[in-house]
Amino acid sequence: MLFKTIKKQDFFDFYFPDFQCIGPKKVGTNNNGKPIYQFLPFSSFDEIDLDYETTEYSAKTYFLPYKETLSSFSFEDNDWTQEINYSSNPRLIIGLHPCDINGLVKLDKVFEKTLFPNPYYITRRQNTFVVGIDCKQPCDRGFCSSVGSNTVTHGFDLFLTDIGDRYFVKIGSDRAFNALQKIKTRDITKNDNELYLQARNKFDDGVEKTVRVENLPNLLDIEFESDVWGKWGDKCLSCGTCAMVCPTCYCYGVTEHISMDFNKSDKIKQLYSCNLNDFAQVAGGHNFRPEPATRLKYRYYHQHRGFVESFGQPLCVGCNRCGRACLAGINPTDVISDLQREQKR
Amino acid sequence: MKNIMHPYDVRHETDMVEPLDFNRRSRLKEVDRCFKAEITNVIRLTDMEKLFQIRMVNDKDWERFVFLPGQFVMLELPGYGEIPISFSSSPSIRSTIELCIRKAGKVTQALHKAKRGAIVGLRGPFGTYFPMERMKGNNILLIAGGLGLAPLRAPISFVIENRADFEEVHILYGAKEPSQLLFDYQYEEWHRIDDINLEVIVEQPDKSWIGPVGLITKLLDDIKMPADKTYAIVCGPPIMFKFVCKRLSEMGIPMQRMFVSLERRMHCGIGNCCRCNIGSTYTCLDGPVFDFWTVMNLKEAI
Repeated sequence: MLFKTIKKQDFFDFYFPDFQCIGPKKVGTNNNGKPIYQFLPFSSFDEIDLDYETTEYSAKTYFLPYKETLSSFSFEDNDWTQEINYSSNPRLIIGLHPCDINGLVKLDKVFEKTLFPNPYYITRRQNTFVVGIDCKQPCDRGFCSSVGSNTVTHGFDLFLTDIGDRYFVKIGSDRAFNALQKIKTRDITKNDNELYLQARNKFDDGVEKTVRVENLPNLLDIEFESDVWGKWGDKCLSCGTCAMVCPTCYCYGVTEHISMDFNKSDKIKQLYSCNLNDFAQVAGGHNFRPEPATRLKYRYYHQHRGFVESFGQPLCVGCNRCGRACLAGINPTDVISDLQREQKR
Repeated sequence: MKNIMHPYDVRHETDMVEPLDFNRRSRLKEVDRCFKAEITNVIRLTDMEKLFQIRMVNDKDWERFVFLPGQFVMLELPGYGEIPISFSSSPSIRSTIELCIRKAGKVTQALHKAKRGAIVGLRGPFGTYFPMERMKGNNILLIAGGLGLAPLRAPISFVIENRADFEEVHILYGAKEPSQLLFDYQYEEWHRIDDINLEVIVEQPDKSWIGPVGLITKLLDDIKMPADKTYAIVCGPPIMFKFVCKRLSEMGIPMQRMFVSLERRMHCGIGNCCRCNIGSTYTCLDGPVFDFWTVMNLKEAI
């Protein structure tokens, strides 16, 4: 990895005129007076705040839109033609935290490094210039360090860490290296390294929430029939909010929508949630997971067992967006700690 | 900044020029492309099931379309939707494929109204298959319950075509009522083949039924064969293959030599959508054909 440092104000010379720019924008305040941020398009750096704590939604939607047309059929006489379009415009996303970037790295595994690479995802991913930034302080009940997503080593173009009046910059791609030629940078010094490590240690020490996950693949298997699932499942409203805000939930459904004049039909992919009632329903009406508890369990099972078996790491990045967004107050750390306690009893 | 980042387009990928191979890593671009196919015949099997004979419109597509018994295809009915369907025909027939489809949901209901000549789309074939080559030189039990005969007909055809490669062959089929029996016009043909034992059983006989009555496991009572030289393929509803496989275990057949085919609703067929996950195993990539030991270890499978 190549490193540089940039003076903070110099960094804002960095601008992509032809790109759609996305960054953390303040959109309001919550009941406690805390600002609410979302990743939204911006036209000037004044509109975004790189010192934000966290966003309500992840930036997933810019790679996996909630709704997208996979292909269109047009009908003529007794025949049809299928049209597929993968185009996506160049985009700059700035201000992704380590959890978001680790989320993208995990999605890369699912959509790029498999038997059937997904062209829709790959096109968006390749056309997006990702600038990440380290968190200054841990977010509310975030447990990223427990799942190893508090640091990033790849999956970005540039990655910034605030070290006082300068940014410590990790360069993750050749296009980022070229982009940096246009602004004033400095090679790193021993002192910069020191400041970087200090900033990181300060963050790590600040993380209060920890949860044990390395034993979960085994534990989830043993506790498959545990009462813990019923306890949390009874609270679950099966609304799917957790999956919508999650940086890594990628399940979807495909439906076809026919135009009013019957000349055209669109095959539309819509992100889904395994907590929704009909997720595992098959033709004829049988539902393999009819109760909220089995669906909730499945979500944890997929994140902490299935994904670990396939890729050697949990799917969860510990951002706790689902925990904060849950209308029923279900927090992933509570569910996991409950399971761990169950084991001790 | 334009020279910093060249817009990326999957269509410029160089590996796209290779011929498409359905069974290996797909060409990026073609992942959602349906191949045009024409329904050449519709055969009514029962009130609920029809057999669709389908052939590719473009001969070139046909040359590349090679499947194995147990695999499935995503059948697209433009305007209605896409459904996963197992092959019901022999892989060696290079002119048409046959899909046996029950009227169960939105797409299949529309499909049942389709007439000869309708143009549908095919994606695939996808998934794992019955290891027929490995089974050669052994006894083979082909067991189906209800609609399970639809996917089982592919390995049955394979075994009949390669009869000399197998020792004893038993085809056992059970259904609830005689009116629900699929492919009844073929039993006569299978019966007449020397040295293939076909037995059909129903749970609720009608007045004209003269065959055995009861559950499918009853048919296994009379079968004696060396367990260490026997493979079994079991297709049917989970409750059925659970009991059948238990019986086969008692007969001494290793669980890794019993193969079952699982069914889930699939929205993509290529390991993306997660809809077919059992626990966290993709039915579309790791299945639909599993050995029974694997199924025993899948949570929620049965």
